[in-house]
Amino acid sequence: MQLTAKQRTRVDWFLTILRIAALVVIGAGLLAFVAQVVDSNNPFARWANPDAINLTGKQFRDLVVAGLAQGAMYGLIALGYSMVYGVLGFINFAHGEVFMIGAVTGAITSSKLAEAGAWEDNFVLCLLLVVVLSMVVCTITAVIMERVAYRPLRGKPRLIPLITSIGVSFFLQNFILVLLGPGTKTYPRMPEWLTEKRTFLEIQGTRLLVLAVAAVAMVGLWYLVERTKTGKAMRAVAEDAEIASLMGIDVNRVIVKTFAVGGAMAGVAGILWGLLFNSVLHTAGFLPGIKAFSAAVVGGIGNLGGSMAGGLTIGVAESLGPLVILEPLGVSGPSQLRDAVAFSVLIIVLLVRPSGIFGERLPSEERT
Amino acid sequence: MTAIADPMAVAKGHTDSAAERRRVLDQDWQKLLKVGAILAFGQVFIALSGMPVSFDRRLIIDPILSLGYLSLLWLPLVVGYAVGREQALEGMTAYAKGGREVLAGAITGVLGNLGLTLLVVGITHFDIRDPLVNWSPQLLELLEFEQSVWFGAFVWLGIGAATGAAGGGLHWVGARNRRTVITVLAAVSSAAVLESVITDLAQGFHIEAVADWLYAPKRGLTSPAAAVVAGATILAVTGISALRAKAADRQEIAAEADRPESGSTRGLRLSPRRLAGFAVTVAAVIVLPLFLGRLTNELLANVGLFILLALGLNIIVGLAGILDLGYVAFFAVGGYSVAVLTSPGSPRFSPEMPWIGALFIAMLLAGLVGLFIGAPVIRMRGDYLAVVTLGFGEIIRILLLSDWLSGTFNGAQGIINIPGVEIFGLATVRGFEPRSVLYLVLFFCAIAIYVSWRLENSRIGRAWMAIREDESVAEAMGVDTVSAKLMAFVTGAVLGSFSGAILSAKVGSIFPHSFAIIVSIVILVVVIFGGMGNIAGVIAGAAVLIGVLGGPNQPGLLQEFAEFKILIYGALLVWMMLQRSEGLIPSVRRARELHSDELNQDAWLRAQTDEADDGRNPGVLGGNGPRP
Repeated sequence: MQLTAKQRTRVDWFLTILRIAALVVIGAGLLAFVAQVVDSNNPFARWANPDAINLTGKQFRDLVVAGLAQGAMYGLIALGYSMVYGVLGFINFAHGEVFMIGAVTGAITSSKLAEAGAWEDNFVLCLLLVVVLSMVVCTITAVIMERVAYRPLRGKPRLIPLITSIGVSFFLQNFILVLLGPGTKTYPRMPEWLTEKRTFLEIQGTRLLVLAVAAVAMVGLWYLVERTKTGKAMRAVAEDAEIASLMGIDVNRVIVKTFAVGGAMAGVAGILWGLLFNSVLHTAGFLPGIKAFSAAVVGGIGNLGGSMAGGLTIGVAESLGPLVILEPLGVSGPSQLRDAVAFSVLIIVLLVRPSGIFGERLPSEERT
Repeated sequence: MTAIADPMAVAKGHTDSAAERRRVLDQDWQKLLKVGAILAFGQVFIALSGMPVSFDRRLIIDPILSLGYLSLLWLPLVVGYAVGREQALEGMTAYAKGGREVLAGAITGVLGNLGLTLLVVGITHFDIRDPLVNWSPQLLELLEFEQSVWFGAFVWLGIGAATGAAGGGLHWVGARNRRTVITVLAAVSSAAVLESVITDLAQGFHIEAVADWLYAPKRGLTSPAAAVVAGATILAVTGISALRAKAADRQEIAAEADRPESGSTRGLRLSPRRLAGFAVTVAAVIVLPLFLGRLTNELLANVGLFILLALGLNIIVGLAGILDLGYVAFFAVGGYSVAVLTSPGSPRFSPEMPWIGALFIAMLLAGLVGLFIGAPVIRMRGDYLAVVTLGFGEIIRILLLSDWLSGTFNGAQGIINIPGVEIFGLATVRGFEPRSVLYLVLFFCAIAIYVSWRLENSRIGRAWMAIREDESVAEAMGVDTVSAKLMAFVTGAVLGSFSGAILSAKVGSIFPHSFAIIVSIVILVVVIFGGMGNIAGVIAGAAVLIGVLGGPNQPGLLQEFAEFKILIYGALLVWMMLQRSEGLIPSVRRARELHSDELNQDAWLRAQTDEADDGRNPGVLGGNGPRP
């Protein structure tokens, strides 16, 4: 929204102060962190946090890799938010639950496979099977969701489908709760050769696997969107649904396909969650969902590469932020504030650059 | 859809009042199959969700019907009705309903309960209890009526046919009888649900005999009582409709002249009848708690807390049209500031304040937090705003929980030993005296209602509604949108903080986990269910939802629903948005906004028909007018 000089009100001053305050806090935290790294007895490091503990280089690298692995997962979920927002212009809150359903499907199938003894012997094949199954289940969930809850609301004011999606989200969460019970669903143990530290930079194998799977999924999606006819249709609908329909594109079908593809990506992300955390609860989808939406906004909503980059940003920020910015400033128990850091990234990005780091791509009438 | 090939039939549909009836076997088989399959999935889901088993102990009508079985009966009835419903649009034939609809309902009912039959057979032959926790012998026992498998399987098909046919039959009996049937069903079930309240009331008035006669000792209405309730409802419905018809004849002209005035923004002038009704309600609300027992007072106090919250959110969402998903933040601010300031158990601020002093500080803080949250989000797009407010709500909860601020808020241990409310030495409100809490809540509800009502009809209220309808236009018309929206945030925040302040005095302890996102969502559901932007609607929504199902941490009348509460809230939110987005008691203006396209279309159709028929056929829309 453009502001003329006259419209600069007190609210704008307040916002400017907020922006500056956020940057000052981040800057001071980083400075204090650097001071700690240089010399932990350094007066600045002591002043900010008297009992500063120093991160070793290895811990730092582990944090970055953990953040990247989680960020890749957020990125995959964010793709679903971003694509749906690009095509329909509303936030599909329930997308996080689709991801959770993927993770739960993975937990059930992989433990069944482990019972049959196949998981240990034939891990790669089993994993492939689990990923495909989870993608199928999530795709079906997403398509049904679109058909039942969102299609009848096409063309309503934007907040109506948003509120509906909140309802869908809580419905799906409790759908899983009442069907499968409140206990955690665990994944079977990963094979030894994967969990032990690999020689390659001593990074844990599962994290490498997660990054690899995310990369493959991302390449597949890129191929679909940029190189196939379906992808072209999706981009056309995202650009302008009305004109696209005049060009002979079946907009409804494209929307269904968009939900399906987003659901499939969420399915992959669900398995990645399982690989990273080994267990899943019915509430597991909500926070990652919100964080993934934040990732989509950070990267610029509607922008697929941006979603992945935003996911990695959020992942690294919530992994490093507490220890690199908050701990040096003397906040005790900083890791409890991980989620708060993730939300703060969203708020700060929206305050400083609302169109995201890489710029948003939205239908013509959504751009303001 | 049925063919509309015959132009004569089309013409007839409009001109003849007695529309023609289709043959019984003239069914849309594909549709029946589809709806039947959906119903089957629904029934199997309900069975596997564990509702029938965990509700089985609660009886609705003493020996006949338990809530468990009811949970499997209602869906075929509703679907059986829905499958026969068709909207006769402009240019289509409106057929008369009859045997065809009954058969359609019966077929869908059978198809749907085929799912249950398959489930019964499935449970006896396979064991997939590992992922599906309710795939259990108890469910099997319940589904086969403690008889054999095949008995259960066939009885369920029969029940499906019967309930589906009954649903379809609702079309046959005509609109008035249908309304009567639905009212009777509603009356009987609410009499059963309200058991504890009515027993309580009966004890208060020393007429325990009535309650003893109405309710069986094992909970639930006795069969004769159910019959009497049904009979009384029928009498009341017919009596009222007869009276109404008479009154309508007399007052038609007067009412029409009256209507635009009462709907206008000048709501201060009340007709004597409304005034009398208002006075009676107020008197009842003040006197009734004296006759109620602890349980009911406690329940009503919870409802009151949510009315307060919902009225606050109603200002933000309903009036100003800002979707705030972090409303729980203000609830938390109110609760925690009172707790920190009054409790001797709080780590900081050792000279304890009286509750009323703390309340003022809580209001101030909540207003400041409202400003602080409101200012950054106000220029964002509506949907980004929703997520960011949700984020703020979460951040506040995480901060309350954190070690970092545990010096003030005591982290996960929460704050305990919060004293009650001393009202100028006159009375003390404590959590273990629900009646006193209820009066306190009622007092604040009255304030909130008055504030909402006056604000709605004030300059700022009109500014909010203008913003809700179209922000750019409002701005162009000279509304200062930024400060109006901030005002909405602040007002909503202050009302929310009342509720928090009462909560901490009522419970006596406060923990961060009471302020999870789900609280915001439940308040939102209450506001939407009741009717966004309408005070009466919001109150009714809170009374129905919180009273019957319960709040996120508070039990309602149907305590059995505890684990299914959020499931139902989610489903209800979706259903409301799809079917009736303006809520139970809609605000006139809000409904008009939500259905603007339909209204425009109506106007267009009306213009078309006026042009074509030149007033000869004014009944085009009268017969099958716009759905509400």
